[in-house]
Amino acid sequence: MLVKVFVTPRKGILDPQGRAVEQSLKSLGFGGVGAVRVGRYITLELDAPSVEQARAAARRMCEQLLANPNIEDYSFEVEPPEAGPR
Amino acid sequence: MKWGVVRFPGSLDDADALWALGQVMGQEARALWHKDEDLAGVQCVVLPGGFSYGDYLRCGAIARFSPIMKSVVRFANDGGLVIGICNGFQILCEAHLLPGALTRNRSLSFICERVNVRVENAATPFTCAARQGEVLRLPIKHGEGLYVAPAGELRAMEERGQVLLRYTDAAGRERDDANPNGSTRAIAGVANETFNVFGLMPHPEHAVEAALGGEDGRKIFRSIIMSVERTSAAKPGATSGGTSAGRSSSSSV
Repeated sequence: MLVKVFVTPRKGILDPQGRAVEQSLKSLGFGGVGAVRVGRYITLELDAPSVEQARAAARRMCEQLLANPNIEDYSFEVEPPEAGPR
Repeated sequence: MKWGVVRFPGSLDDADALWALGQVMGQEARALWHKDEDLAGVQCVVLPGGFSYGDYLRCGAIARFSPIMKSVVRFANDGGLVIGICNGFQILCEAHLLPGALTRNRSLSFICERVNVRVENAATPFTCAARQGEVLRLPIKHGEGLYVAPAGELRAMEERGQVLLRYTDAAGRERDDANPNGSTRAIAGVANETFNVFGLMPHPEHAVEAALGGEDGRKIFRSIIMSVERTSAAKPGATSGGTSAGRSSSSSV
């Protein structure tokens, strides 16, 4: 299975990178831009017997290593092999 | 007293910490290799500054999984003294030995300068050689030193006196322009609830000789030496090392 993990700075935590990108987008003339957050996108292949088990493993990976729950939020998607192009 | 300075791949300040402790403070200081699990009977573990494991994923996130960190966590949980400087502070947060986390400076710039920090709690093994409210001048050099923790946690830490150092101006006043990296509540250093683990962004090991710009950093190391001597005097035949080996040995400081 393909696991896609998205890690972003937790709401309420100062994200100076997001703020700098937001300013830069505005100075390029993109109107209506707000609340830019800069995070991390991680993909991994996982050998798991079911989507449920893959999801459970992905959650543990996020809690234990991929995200720091003090400062980051995470979400993930699990794609079974037949569902998407490899 | 016996000190161990952990060497991770990417550590930078291990040699300076060994110099400060061994040559300047006259201590018995040795390097500890990240792949070892043996803490060699040291009474204080130093996690030095640098960019362990290239700061991959998050600063300190990978170093936490080194074999030696298992022993450091056990040592700390047994009451052993651990001090993490800069990257070492980040590692201690990632290893959950200290609350909170360190993230990108609000300026997004790497900062290398001397700053003033006020001693907020002088009744700890890491600050007892300083006066309450004393302002120390120490260097910082980091890109990710903005301290954050959940609001409730921060309140509880302040009440328990876990904030040991705060960025101020030279007169000890809190001012936004004296907070170099935008840390929450201008926090520069924190201890755990049992006050045997301490993390700080400033570098005491780079402030131990007047010829190199100041020696306020000695007060941090002297505090640790004083508290170990006190503990050893109070408990004859015991070192404050915290490991079972340390406890059963009769070596004195």
